[in-house]
Amino acid sequence: MSHQSDLIAKDILAYLEQHERKELLRFITCGSVDDGKSTLIGRLLYDSKMLYEDHLAQLESESKVHGTTGGAFDPALVTDGLRAEREQGITIDVAYRYFSTAKRKFIIADTPGHEQYTRNMATGASTADLAIILIDARHGVLTQTKRHSFIVSLLGIRHVVVTINKMDLVGYSQERFDEICAEYKEFVSRLDLPDLHFIPLAALHGENVVDPSSNMPWYRGSTLMSFLESVYIGSDRNLEDFRLPIQYVNRPNLDFRGFCGTIASGIVRQGDEIMVLPSKRTSRVKRIVTFDGDQSEAFCPQSVTLVLEDEVDCSRGDMIVRPGNVPRVGNSFDATIVWLTADAMIPGKTYLFKHTSQTVAGQIDSLRYRVDVNTLHRNPAPDLQLNEIGRCSITLNQPVFYDSYRRNRTTGAFIIIDRITNATVGAGMISDRDAARQRIAAWEAEEKIGSREQHRSDVSPAERTARFGQQPATVLLTGLTGTGKSTISRAVERLLFDRGRAVTVLDGELMRRGVNVDLGYSTEDRSENLRRSAHIAKLFNDSGLICLAAFVAPSQSVRDRVADVVGRERFFVVHCTADEATRKSRDTKGHYADAEKGKLPNFPGVSAIYEAPEKPDLVVDTGTMTVDESAEAIVQFLITKGIIR
Amino acid sequence: MNSYNLTHLKQLEAESIHIIREVAAEFKKPVMLYSIGKDSAVMTHLALKAFYPAKPPFPFMHIDTTWKFKEMIDFRDSYVKKQLGIELIVNINEEGLKLGIDPFENSDKHTEVMKTDSLKTSLTRYGFDAAFGGARRDEEKSRAKERVFSFRDKFHRWDPKNQRPELWNLYNSRVNPGESIRVFPLSNWTELDVWQYIYLEKIPLPDLYLAKLRPVVTRNGVLIHPNDDRFRLQPGETIEHKMVRFRTLGCWPLTGAVESNATTVPEIIQEMLLTKTSERQGRVIDKDGGGAGMELKKIQGYF
Repeated sequence: MSHQSDLIAKDILAYLEQHERKELLRFITCGSVDDGKSTLIGRLLYDSKMLYEDHLAQLESESKVHGTTGGAFDPALVTDGLRAEREQGITIDVAYRYFSTAKRKFIIADTPGHEQYTRNMATGASTADLAIILIDARHGVLTQTKRHSFIVSLLGIRHVVVTINKMDLVGYSQERFDEICAEYKEFVSRLDLPDLHFIPLAALHGENVVDPSSNMPWYRGSTLMSFLESVYIGSDRNLEDFRLPIQYVNRPNLDFRGFCGTIASGIVRQGDEIMVLPSKRTSRVKRIVTFDGDQSEAFCPQSVTLVLEDEVDCSRGDMIVRPGNVPRVGNSFDATIVWLTADAMIPGKTYLFKHTSQTVAGQIDSLRYRVDVNTLHRNPAPDLQLNEIGRCSITLNQPVFYDSYRRNRTTGAFIIIDRITNATVGAGMISDRDAARQRIAAWEAEEKIGSREQHRSDVSPAERTARFGQQPATVLLTGLTGTGKSTISRAVERLLFDRGRAVTVLDGELMRRGVNVDLGYSTEDRSENLRRSAHIAKLFNDSGLICLAAFVAPSQSVRDRVADVVGRERFFVVHCTADEATRKSRDTKGHYADAEKGKLPNFPGVSAIYEAPEKPDLVVDTGTMTVDESAEAIVQFLITKGIIR
Repeated sequence: MNSYNLTHLKQLEAESIHIIREVAAEFKKPVMLYSIGKDSAVMTHLALKAFYPAKPPFPFMHIDTTWKFKEMIDFRDSYVKKQLGIELIVNINEEGLKLGIDPFENSDKHTEVMKTDSLKTSLTRYGFDAAFGGARRDEEKSRAKERVFSFRDKFHRWDPKNQRPELWNLYNSRVNPGESIRVFPLSNWTELDVWQYIYLEKIPLPDLYLAKLRPVVTRNGVLIHPNDDRFRLQPGETIEHKMVRFRTLGCWPLTGAVESNATTVPEIIQEMLLTKTSERQGRVIDKDGGGAGMELKKIQGYF
């Protein structure tokens, strides 16, 4: 409420007309009580005359009991809500505050900054257009600043104002301000925050909040309030991709059938050709019906009712789109998930996924990695605990119509509901690249583009065989960790080299440090690791070399695909085995111990399946054979196959 | 591209319609709690818009304490029931009535029995799994953290420590039998928004909101407008006639009038913006139990 306007007393109708035209800006404030966050919000409300006298009187009496300012008016108490929290002196949930100025109406999502409340920040950020990130000028960029910035970027907030508060306590130093800005920019370059601003504040005294500060003449930018009033958010919405998730079918009588929903993105006009998903039936928009009369067009985020030209089947959960611009349709995708509840996320468990107006059962197939919100490091993890964030692959029991969250904050978002407790346990944002599908597609695309054809070369295979005195071949040494694959492949390499043969080794672990540095240990990533390595092995073979490939390669179907890429006539599988005690005794990195403790998911032999080769060309039991014996066995095998003489 | 911007009121309207439709689609048996006040009037209007040209596909329910202003009851029957033709359930706690609690003597008990208990028993009796209420987050501090979909256990209790997180516009409507959700489509509206919307959309309201010469008695600093012969003057009290109106409507013994000359909606807004006390100040019930009074009432099941 803009109590300041002179128009209220002079000309209320003119004031109402002005107020009616205001835009809405939603923002979130990130920081802890120590950064002066509650003080800042208290200031915004107080300085924009949003506090009534009785509230103020109540606050003044409460300042004496709960305040941290020695009995003087404590603006922080404005925003504290529930009794239990007030007594603890901390805010523990998302609170919404409202104020308006002559230019805009604002909704503040006030969320706490403590580590355990990632959940609340994600909640507040999900609907925000802008984020205010508070930094205490004395402390600079802290771990929590990084955490807040990461969550803001994850939830797709495009506009960020970094307010460097308590400038009074650092002598209003421009140098300190510049230093913090530089430090923040350095960190934030890894995140997707397209619109970044910095403002120096002393919120307790109201400096640069609403009124400019005379203590910081070196700062010539706008005050926080004038920035909030003027930042342009109009282009944030997606007006290109028309998506109308059907919420409700309105059928008061046989003559009227209206499809109701909130436009998630884009624009629709009367007469437009549309398509209904999943049926793919097309029709045209006959009417856009509202209580205030038919409209010729409608756009996001309006709530509308469409009447179509034809009798097309369409019910809740369906989506109306344009035939030339359709979302992805499918039941498996990758998403970043924020876990919201104390019971950990369990891969493979069935949950309910609410996405637009559809609620579908499904499961989280695998957790690719967990993100450390403080360092942004990606770590393998078996599950997600409360307030943890991870990248997951998801499979639903029926298809949904979705876009990536980055492109569309409505059709790219979902919540996860526990089927038994009905609690909202997670929130997800669908990824741009849906890695699992792309990887499978990569194997399949090869067949189409003929990448497995022999490369044309003026040097014939026969010439190469004559030169090197050998047939090219790839020997895959597969087996669990600790079965000696790498060691034996090196020993074979030595033996062959000493016999004058041209040979090389491809080691799965070394591949991951170079070509495959972007891959993890999920089933899909292991598969991709082998696909790429198979192509490298094929190149070696095409050049006439013998390739020894040491990989865990736990999946039979993936090994079969490798055989197809390399060429079945020159691909051999050696299964390396060893008893469990031997394997563990060789495991210097402690992988087995970690996997058994549940710290290492997707570890073949413990937390994932190892499919032993159905028909290996050779088995070497490295538990009973020495390295030399094993290597010699492989060399003898190559001789019997005519690869070498 | 600027023409594709919505004003804040149009945006709030769209969001509220989304919420109302979501409830109609996802719940088995929703009900709209109708209190006859201005927030209920806006909620009614939004429900009409959400399902136009059909009528709202759920009944309205009024918890009648038998102490509502007569003008409220007249308005309810003539507008909602007759003019709009909406199915209206009126619930009076007959058991509570027998206790004969005098709201003048014991306002707390009266509200608990005739309003809170009555609401809870009727929700259980009809088996409603969702109930719309007109509460706004800007009304009172404890409401600032309220969800749009507020989960209640089978005893209709609200647990402030155990609310479902609410992200985007994806509302979790899953409940087990006996449990329910209170839904607040006006959560993000402010008092000014409500009034402005009433003005723009010409939404009908009971006359009590407009200033008129009315008989009033000053009791404990509050201007009481005697509505029927259950009111008895106490020694030293006299009935005066003053230009007054009501900022909120409730039980007449508990609802203070304010002196005012505002006879149109813009004048009400003008007065509201120029005065410096908040809306619920006129109500006696919020002050029971100190600063956190409303919070306690909510945990008990009052809105």
